[in-house]
Amino acid sequence: MFTYTLRRLLLAVPILLVISLVIFLLVDLAPGSPMSEIPLTVPPDVRQKMIEALGADQPVFVRYLLWLKQFFWIEPMTLFDHWFGTSIVEGQQRILSWQSRSPVFTIIGQRIPQTLTVVGTAYLVGILIALPIGIYSAYRQYSFFDQLGTLFAMIGFSVPTFFSGTLFIIIFAVWLGWLPTKYDTMLEVTDWSSFMQQVKQMALPVMTLGLANAATISRYMRSSMLDNMQMDYVRTARAKGMREKTVVLRHVLRNSLIPVVTVIALGIPSIFGGAIITENLFGVNGIGAALIGAIHANDLPMVQTLAFIFAVLIVLFNLIADILYGLLDPRIRYD
Amino acid sequence: MPDGALPVLDVRGLKTVFRTRSGEIHAVNSVSFMLRPGELLGVVGESGSGKSVTMMSLIGLLPSPPAEVRAGQVMLGGQDLLRISPRELQDVRGAKVGFVFQDPMTSLNPVFTVGSQIMEPLIRHMGLTKAQARDRAAELLALVGIPDAKARLKAYPHQFSGGMRQRVMIAIALACDPDVLIADEPTTALDVTIQAQILELVKDLRQKLGMAIIWITHDLGVIAGIADRVMVMYGGQVVEQGPVAQLFSDPRHPYTRALLKTIPSLTGERSGRLQVIEGQPPIMTAAPTACPFRARCAHAFDLCHVENPARRPLDARPVGEGHDVACHWSPEGA
Ligand SMILES: Nc1ncnc2c1ncn2[C@@H]1O[C@H](COP(=O)(O)OP(=O)(O)OP(=O)(O)O)[C@@H](O)[C@H]1O
Ligand SMILES: [Mg+2]
Repeated sequence: MFTYTLRRLLLAVPILLVISLVIFLLVDLAPGSPMSEIPLTVPPDVRQKMIEALGADQPVFVRYLLWLKQFFWIEPMTLFDHWFGTSIVEGQQRILSWQSRSPVFTIIGQRIPQTLTVVGTAYLVGILIALPIGIYSAYRQYSFFDQLGTLFAMIGFSVPTFFSGTLFIIIFAVWLGWLPTKYDTMLEVTDWSSFMQQVKQMALPVMTLGLANAATISRYMRSSMLDNMQMDYVRTARAKGMREKTVVLRHVLRNSLIPVVTVIALGIPSIFGGAIITENLFGVNGIGAALIGAIHANDLPMVQTLAFIFAVLIVLFNLIADILYGLLDPRIRYD
Repeated sequence: MPDGALPVLDVRGLKTVFRTRSGEIHAVNSVSFMLRPGELLGVVGESGSGKSVTMMSLIGLLPSPPAEVRAGQVMLGGQDLLRISPRELQDVRGAKVGFVFQDPMTSLNPVFTVGSQIMEPLIRHMGLTKAQARDRAAELLALVGIPDAKARLKAYPHQFSGGMRQRVMIAIALACDPDVLIADEPTTALDVTIQAQILELVKDLRQKLGMAIIWITHDLGVIAGIADRVMVMYGGQVVEQGPVAQLFSDPRHPYTRALLKTIPSLTGERSGRLQVIEGQPPIMTAAPTACPFRARCAHAFDLCHVENPARRPLDARPVGEGHDVACHWSPEGA
């Protein structure tokens, strides 16, 4: 298993290099200038100076190599310096956002917590709702509960978040007045009342995203349970006189979770990607919102860096999913 | 076989129906049989004759829906298994009745160790602690002839061959020292040498442990070698039943006779080509009102088409205890 992981990690290096090049070139093809947000009253020679200061006038491969160095060496070392008080890369140019001229990673660092608390919680809530629904729906296939679960999943699948989110705002914020419509990024949790406030303002976006997540995962769980319920080993467990609870929650569930855990792991990178629509709808100032803002402003370094981080996460969680599969299924041996 | 002993298992008038979208299938029709302590009852009959469904009905192993046990009585240790609650039935399964299935490749749970799967019924029924159950599981593995049992407890099913997995299944079935072991074609999926080994093992265990066994098989040769009594099934019914020697030397039902002719003989001269029974087994879409074998029977006459024959004794003993047959026709000289 260890050598397998190592081999996969080594293999990931060339894959990611190719991905980074493709991302860099594709994003660079996009029309527009980093100065498009600057007022037209700024004289052309000043404008030219500003572009030079950003390094935006350099040929694309020079910028690519610089970006590679910045991403893989300067940025990690900046973090290192920050943690251990050293000054290895002090004064070296970090990846700068063309839009705000501050380091891209500083911005990401500010945005990540919002995204993780809201989108991450929604993912977790989705899983916690989906698993019991999927398990019980399969155990009582075609029962009233199962039909209800199917309806729930269909709604979660087919209703887009901008609709369900707006609906939730109308019901819970406008009509009932229980929850705030907007997410306040500045809120700091210091005591019980501010904690409750945080929970309240998270409720609507979490519900919106959680519904969509739960729909998908509950279907996976249900069909995996149904597949396994047909298996001969289930009959064996019953023939041994095991209680129904043991048969379903130990024998069947343990086997059914294998593909579901994989699906869940593969879905985790999408948390970091944020939920563009939902974040915008509720004013959650997260990664999704940052990406949209950067695209609008032609902020190529920001877009390139975010897209690449996303690619790294996908490759990483693919590996994690494979490793989990191997850990959960004793028949699979990696070596 | 102690002839007069009280039966450990007494099944009367068992009826099982599958309710499918295209109508009902009467898979088991008024099956009655009994099993004396320590006895080995062989059950034969071609595919679809209702052998498995009968045995699974006894202990509630059929998925319901679609299966429905409509009538009958299954007496085991003073209890009627068809009348007790599902939870009480769970206490019987694996404790008083052990079950070995046909396909050892899929009958074990792939994600649990062999040891934990043997330990489960021990903890559940005998109230052993984990440590006690582990010791007992190692003993059981050794008993079914798996070398280095203690270390093998930690193995997963996929690390075992088919024959070894079937040994594990036998160990699980025997774990709680059951009164009855039901083996549903336990050797069909194995190759011939392994079949012989498993057969030897069961013979040996029967000597040691003394449980009664129901052995379902297609192989009449196996029955001749190990069974005390034979029950022949056709179309969800018992068509002939009797002590093994009597049934083999004097088969009365045309179906039994045909079955016996399908066995290739190693000794004696070849009596022409090996026989096959022409035709298909019936699919019972309704409760039978005529003999289920009539369409394939060379001796069928008018009565066979209008009346389903009841089992009648062929010796002085009542039906079920001696040799009996469910057939209107009698061979000449009988
Ligand atoms: N789940 C089911 N749904 C509908 N009918 C069924 C089902 N299971 C079994 N049957 C019917 O019951 C009949 C008896 O099947 P059973 O499995 O008992 O046969 P068998 O004698 O054990 O055959 P084999 O030797 O192939 O194991 C079959 O004809 C089949 O049509
Ligand atoms: Mg069968």
